[in-house]
Amino acid sequence: MHQPAATTATSPPIQDAAPIIQVQDLEKWYGKFHVLKGCSLSVNRGEVVVIMGPSGSGKSTFIRTFNALETYQKGRIEIDGIHLTPKMKNVDAIRREVGMVFQQFNLFPHLSVVDNVMLAPMDVRGWKKEKAKAIAAELLERVGILDQAQKYPGQLSWGQQQRVAIARALAMQPKIMLFDEPTSALDPEMVREVLDAIRSLAESGMTMVCVTHEVGFAREVADRIVFMADGLIVETATPEEFFTNPKSDRTQQFLAQILH
Amino acid sequence: MQDFTLTQILTNLLIATKWTIALSAIAFVGGGLVGFLLMLMRISPNPVLKGLSLLYIEFFEATPLIMQLFLMFFGISVVFGLNLSTWTAASIALTTYTSAYLADIWRGSVEAVPRGQWEASRALGLGYFKQLRKVILPQAVRLSIPSTVGFAVQVIKGTSLASVIGFIELTRSASSISNVTFQPFLVYSLAAVIYFCLCFPLSLWSRRLEKQFSFGG
Repeated sequence: MHQPAATTATSPPIQDAAPIIQVQDLEKWYGKFHVLKGCSLSVNRGEVVVIMGPSGSGKSTFIRTFNALETYQKGRIEIDGIHLTPKMKNVDAIRREVGMVFQQFNLFPHLSVVDNVMLAPMDVRGWKKEKAKAIAAELLERVGILDQAQKYPGQLSWGQQQRVAIARALAMQPKIMLFDEPTSALDPEMVREVLDAIRSLAESGMTMVCVTHEVGFAREVADRIVFMADGLIVETATPEEFFTNPKSDRTQQFLAQILH
Repeated sequence: MQDFTLTQILTNLLIATKWTIALSAIAFVGGGLVGFLLMLMRISPNPVLKGLSLLYIEFFEATPLIMQLFLMFFGISVVFGLNLSTWTAASIALTTYTSAYLADIWRGSVEAVPRGQWEASRALGLGYFKQLRKVILPQAVRLSIPSTVGFAVQVIKGTSLASVIGFIELTRSASSISNVTFQPFLVYSLAAVIYFCLCFPLSLWSRRLEKQFSFGG
């Protein structure tokens, strides 16, 4: 792997075999409330990790620390070989490489669909308009929204908006995609179209961490399922093991509730 | 002593209206520029900038404009030995007054932009000022237009207080004319109509904008 000599002293050489996300003993408090009580996770390149667990277990908070939308007090986060310190020194370098899709889409309502997708590539990556436009068109095509490119987010259905949000995150050509309950705000009939878009992204080899309650999706797409409860990672297993042979009582309780 | 015709009275009032408009414009443009900087300080994460801005805003919002005009006109000459012209004193006092209110209105509009907009733009790697310029402010501006236009009406009416330091604008001129003509009711009625003609279109426009921006926003 090519490493410029000047940077080897400060940043360790990146090996393809090394995990792209490495989180060790992460702890976070909101005031006195201990949200994350020492969570560790490593994700390999191309791996799809689904995080499940009851609400309030810290799932969203956990993945939001990976791109520094949340701070943390103890532990260590390394993304693609860059150490994300609690003081957030390297935050911009990391955010460029980590795309995020939110539960509430958070599209920019004052910009057209295509401008939503082109904004960050032009303003953060410094791409020329033509290049950004070409990439945006390609991505909108991929999520099936190209014919709506000139519309404003408010004119689209929620499912369509979420697919635009996926295209917008992908336009930065991130190495990792984070999904924070991407289908929880959607009407049932729109869930499928969004999950299909995420599934095809997973098949393309994107490294993904996805917080979701969609059991079918998790079973089908995840390489590993991480189960969180009360700020702890209770269990990590393959989907097969997780759904058919869960080890901890807490996991069994949770599954009994969601699987009926 | 000659009698004054209605036309003469009206002509004199309209000449003075020019200065009311000029002072309002100065207050609004100057107040807008200063207010924008104050708003940026007010929303900044830096506690010193935030505190200074808050102090400024609170001071000018919590004291009467007429007091601010007196302080500017008489206070400056007593404390600094500078003699400000009525023009300068009125312009500065109305600018500071306007800036405080606009800063507050605009701060409210920025805060009304959903938190998710900050998060999404941050997650895409936009820096603070790019977030503001490309994502937050365009939305805040839309939200703030109705109340900003509405406040412009307050500024126009506020300029009438500049008459107390001898600034010759519509109100001051009306009082001089009524002293000469002994027709205060007529003269002040005419002045009121002129104020109404300046302010009402703005009020109307602000109400229309409010309706326009109430959906979708």
